[in-house]
Amino acid sequence: MDIISILAESTRSALGPIAAIYALAAIGLNFHFGYTGLLNFGQVGFMLMGAYGVGVSVAVFELPLLVGFGVGLLCAFVMALLLGIPTLRLRADYLAITTIATAEVLRLVYRAGFAEPLTGGVYGLQNLSAGFREINPFDAGARYGFGPLAYNGNHLWVLVVTWSLVLLMVGLTWMLMHSPWGRVIKGIREDEDAVRSLGKNVFAYKMQVLVLGGLIGALAGGMLAVYQASIQPDQFRPQVTFFLWVILLLGGAGRVFGPVLGAMAFWFLMTFTDGVLRGMGSLGWLPFLSGPDFGAIQLAFVGVLLVLLIVFRPQGLIGDRKEMLINVK
Amino acid sequence: MRTRLVTVLLALITAILVIPGPVASADEQGGEALHGRILNPDNRDQGVEGIVITVYGGEDEIGAAETDSDGMWEVELPEPGTYRVVVDQESVPSEFVVREGLIVDGETEVEVEADDRRPLIVALERQGASDDTTASPSEEETRDQDSGAGDEEAFQPTTGGGSSFGDRFVQLSAAGLLFGLVIAVSAIGLSLIFGTTKLINFAHGDMVTFGAMMALVFSSGAVGLGNSLLAIFAGLAGAVLIGGLLESRLSRPVLIVAQWASIVGGIALATVLGLMGEAVGWQVPLWVAAALAVVMGAVLGASMERYVWRPLRHRNVALIQMFIVSIGLALVLRHVVLVLFGAGRSRYAGFQIQDLVRFGPVSMAPRDLVIMAVAVVVLVGVACLLQFTRIGKAMRAVSDNRDLAESSGIDVDRVTLYVWGLGGGLAALGGVLYGLNQVVEYEMGFRLLLLMFAAVILGGLGTAYGAMVGGLAVGLVAMLSTLWFPSQLMQAWALALMILMLLVRPQGLLGRRERVG
Repeated sequence: MDIISILAESTRSALGPIAAIYALAAIGLNFHFGYTGLLNFGQVGFMLMGAYGVGVSVAVFELPLLVGFGVGLLCAFVMALLLGIPTLRLRADYLAITTIATAEVLRLVYRAGFAEPLTGGVYGLQNLSAGFREINPFDAGARYGFGPLAYNGNHLWVLVVTWSLVLLMVGLTWMLMHSPWGRVIKGIREDEDAVRSLGKNVFAYKMQVLVLGGLIGALAGGMLAVYQASIQPDQFRPQVTFFLWVILLLGGAGRVFGPVLGAMAFWFLMTFTDGVLRGMGSLGWLPFLSGPDFGAIQLAFVGVLLVLLIVFRPQGLIGDRKEMLINVK
Repeated sequence: MRTRLVTVLLALITAILVIPGPVASADEQGGEALHGRILNPDNRDQGVEGIVITVYGGEDEIGAAETDSDGMWEVELPEPGTYRVVVDQESVPSEFVVREGLIVDGETEVEVEADDRRPLIVALERQGASDDTTASPSEEETRDQDSGAGDEEAFQPTTGGGSSFGDRFVQLSAAGLLFGLVIAVSAIGLSLIFGTTKLINFAHGDMVTFGAMMALVFSSGAVGLGNSLLAIFAGLAGAVLIGGLLESRLSRPVLIVAQWASIVGGIALATVLGLMGEAVGWQVPLWVAAALAVVMGAVLGASMERYVWRPLRHRNVALIQMFIVSIGLALVLRHVVLVLFGAGRSRYAGFQIQDLVRFGPVSMAPRDLVIMAVAVVVLVGVACLLQFTRIGKAMRAVSDNRDLAESSGIDVDRVTLYVWGLGGGLAALGGVLYGLNQVVEYEMGFRLLLLMFAAVILGGLGTAYGAMVGGLAVGLVAMLSTLWFPSQLMQAWALALMILMLLVRPQGLLGRRERVG
């Protein structure tokens, strides 16, 4: 087991496109939970909307990529409205149940047999990134970078675009949260009734946040489709949402850079545990386990991490403990 | 803290920069490849084994691969470029053909770029399916049911395509009643737990899976693993009982030592039994195994309350954080089950092929009748418990108003412990019933969880009777929707009903009107 190369590989994945995509989706979740206190357990549903918006437009209707992103964002917008209208007036736990259920139903509908002409059913869609690669300024064949941190041209292009989007959204978060709008939002998190008594329309503010965070999630889903060039519905399992929650809580909810840092730390840890487990497996230290079990152990590890974080460090790496003492009423 | 963090990051970056070249090749993902998974069109969670796929670059054969038992295949490629992929038609099982589309006559061309490990989709379909897709829509529908949509084939009536709408309606109502009863049994615990602690237990679905798995282990011959688990749970049960019963009589240090001794003893016994392995094999009929599973489920619920939730409550952890902890627990439980028992789908042996019993227009397998009878008896029993016994009244009191119950002298912590035990046991029973009707696999509980949520919200969060009514309604709606709509949308209709209820009457059917927003 080569610990240095495992560390190098972990760093590579911490900076890689997947980490950037998860950071983007977690920024959306940060709007929901970190700043407003909305319990959205269905962020993956928004990602699915974005990914299939790109996928169906590009692969089935052969529209340009930008139109695909537009369609994805529009779908996410509609979905946020439909989700929010019945649940945002109720207690936070209703939103939690409804979102997790909606995301799972969306996955089931998209993989169902009758949707196959449009979504490709369980097989998904492919050949999605030709349009994106056409405008690639880097040479697709060459490798860029140094040491272990080298990426080929296409991946570097995805990397640059996604991390730029992340920075853009971080900037947006900072600006919004230092505006009067952001203060109202944080007020809703702290004490909804107080904000209501100041004459603010809490429902409208919550709806704006749900839509905004959902759109950012859809953007992440679109980038995922572009990066992988193919999508399958089973990628959008509820686990993805739980990963996003770990990322958010690891980094620090309610912090501008929390999701970014969390995504990097999370993917570093994931690749690291995977490498260590596989290394130990190949050395014969884990006699009872075989290849597929490592993935399951990793997910169990995510669960343990989630529990330990909440119990011992609810504010995450850079959060403020006082801000995390919010409660549902 | 932040300075330390920055230091660590800087150190890491430096380390990466100074790592010499060879490492770079060690961590390469290994260039270009084509890979994919060929799925069985009848059951898309299973792969098809033994299909040969050959990759040509120009005229030269680059490599070939055969799908393994999961249907996975992979061919390594030497360089980026355009390749011709040929699926060997001879190796495809005779009942399937390769679906035309991207692949024509078993051949296709793909372009692979540098460092691209490209998935290639090869879809199979049933021989002749493309010719008469419209001819037999009802048959198509039953065939298309994959497990992701709930694998409801067992619920599907066995009536032929020619039966009248009325017959199907009655038959589906019976199936819906059965499904609803199973949901109701599993969901009571969820609702009671919410009532007493205001916690939405996302791990409830995995408690259902746990029960089904345990019954499977004991009824199919418990070897080392089953014995070990039993020993661990005996240890946990001892600890919870010691903690619950002797709390007022022993001093605190003795109490803690006794609990730890019980747990450690259980683990030690488990290790010994695990080492002895198959030497102490035994097997019990399914109903005994189910009883064991229910007891273990109760212990699981009670020990979760005693060693996770009660300490968290006493630390004043906020409710949102508690939800997240329960999601973490669900992930742990589900994947521990996955590691221990694998991802396979199995059924309880001996109850699968049965002659149908006819009651007028309805025909059901005897096992389904037993499921319904057990569920009805249990539901009535729980209702009596809640209505007439002391502890049942206390549960309802705590559920109604925790603070008021506490101030009128009810030991709230103890009642909560009983509620978790009851909920865990009922969830395990629900798992056994659900598994008996369908299949046992590690994700069955999570799929049921969404329907349980729908049932609980429909009936009114926190009310036990509401969960029963809601469960029946959800089961009936899910089943009857297949009369008009594709069966994959069963869950969607149940959830649509839930959302409708939230719009019209957020407190649920039996919930008391209060401010919920």
